[in-house]
Amino acid sequence: MKLITMEAFYIIGGAGLLLMAARIARDATHPKRWGSAAFWALLAVTFLLGDALPPVVTGYLVLAMAVLAAAQQVGRPTEQGTSRAERMAHEQRLRHRLLWPALLIPATALAGTLLLDKVHFGGVWLVDPRQVTLVALSLGALLALGAGLRLTRAPPAAPLAEGSRLLQTIGWALVLPQLLAALGGIFATAGVGEVVARLVASALPTQHAFVAVLAYCMGMALFTIVMGNAFAAFAVITGGIGLPFIVRLHGGNPAIMAAVGMLAGYCGTLLTPMAANFNIVPAMLLELKDRYAVIKAQAPIAAVIFIANVLLMWFCVYRF
Amino acid sequence: MIKLIGVLVVAAGFALRFNTLLVVMAAGIATGLCAGLSFHEIMTQFGRFFVENRYLTLPVVLIVPVIGLLERYGLQEHAERFIRGARAVTAGRVLLLYTAVRQVSIALGVNVGGHAGAVRPLIAPMAEGAARARHGDLPEEMVQTVRAHAAAAENVGNFFGEDIFIAVGAVLLMKGFFEAVGLAVDVWSMALWGIPTALAAFGAMWWRCRRLDRSLARVAAKTTGAERRGGP
Repeated sequence: MKLITMEAFYIIGGAGLLLMAARIARDATHPKRWGSAAFWALLAVTFLLGDALPPVVTGYLVLAMAVLAAAQQVGRPTEQGTSRAERMAHEQRLRHRLLWPALLIPATALAGTLLLDKVHFGGVWLVDPRQVTLVALSLGALLALGAGLRLTRAPPAAPLAEGSRLLQTIGWALVLPQLLAALGGIFATAGVGEVVARLVASALPTQHAFVAVLAYCMGMALFTIVMGNAFAAFAVITGGIGLPFIVRLHGGNPAIMAAVGMLAGYCGTLLTPMAANFNIVPAMLLELKDRYAVIKAQAPIAAVIFIANVLLMWFCVYRF
Repeated sequence: MIKLIGVLVVAAGFALRFNTLLVVMAAGIATGLCAGLSFHEIMTQFGRFFVENRYLTLPVVLIVPVIGLLERYGLQEHAERFIRGARAVTAGRVLLLYTAVRQVSIALGVNVGGHAGAVRPLIAPMAEGAARARHGDLPEEMVQTVRAHAAAAENVGNFFGEDIFIAVGAVLLMKGFFEAVGLAVDVWSMALWGIPTALAAFGAMWWRCRRLDRSLARVAAKTTGAERRGGP
């Protein structure tokens, strides 16, 4: 048994989203008042009732959210944040104390990750050890909120207003990572990976040891670009290319192949809009005009690291 | 081959800049129908995976209220002013240091940072502040470039430190895979073979940060030059 589960935090998050939707519905100046309110309310429902609703109902709710977003009914409010002069005045007063709540999030995450999974009373665990990172991060966010409210003496409606403003800056892209994960699941069910692995393996002369390495690394990166997730690529590409060619045919070291191959996959993650939580959501969060700006900044880095990985694997995998 | 239709739908949809949520749903529906699932079954899959993956969205939802609150009271301004006091600081060096901290901490199993929790409130304003302290006011496109690189610093630090720690996803996933196919592979050797790439990633980031600082200097020189030519 576990005392603190993620379900509790999903409910807190869902409640916050529902309040946000209500705020939007009351805002007569919001240019996309009803569409936006409906979108965030639907998301709130999936957080509050996620496990209780039959998956097929959630599926149709998600479809409704996608349709609202595609019909351009989800938008940002007209209300502006505070002015720079106001913020500077507060900053003069609060100074370094402003950093404490912000640092409380990583500090709690750190302490929680190290300690929380060790606490148990007989068979009753405080936290599920598998969820400890997420629980610690969520706890950190809530503790920081308390500390922030104490420090600024802001009314409790202020974090709701500011959180709502930031979430609407991200907009519908916020749920893109969840939806892409779902697409990845459907790809996996349909066996898309096996097709990609077969294509790469048959297109290249893998009887050469170097080509086998190149095919494996390219397969990892390409399939990660398609799926948005190197973990999904790993089993498919290692099973389809890595094991048969590098390990069995050429006698390569599986540990080196796996470690370096996974990191070649991460180069794909740096390049793909499918990895929305790393590449698209941050572009929205940082208010970048080009939603591919983060990917463009990362592309040269990814290319360098990818080449380094191919060379590293080629020099080491058959030698150690 | 027909199973790849979803990949095509995604590529075409992204290229034509249709709404991404709709593109993703369309790709899933097309792939599912080709694999012989009914529309209802596809919606069931979407619903199941959507709920299972709520953990991807939850941290952002829980963190933005406090970050927004602190921003209202001048957190970004403070981060910017704080960095202006330091002498040898440049935008590139701030970001490189952040990448290093991120890589080392996650290699030790501690996941601190994140786009919502650290990059937007602290790291991006610090990098912008460092650039302004050195070069004066920046043109909007350079501000955007600095911010995009701040997000890149977070991703590179996060991805290329993680595999060195044995108790996280990647290494455990690889171990599980090898066990399933009947190969005994040591987790420690997989973790240690992550180190060369981690160093290469840091090197690549160092190169990008240096280029960022140089292009900031170049743009600043050009704008002040133009002002000089304009004259009073």
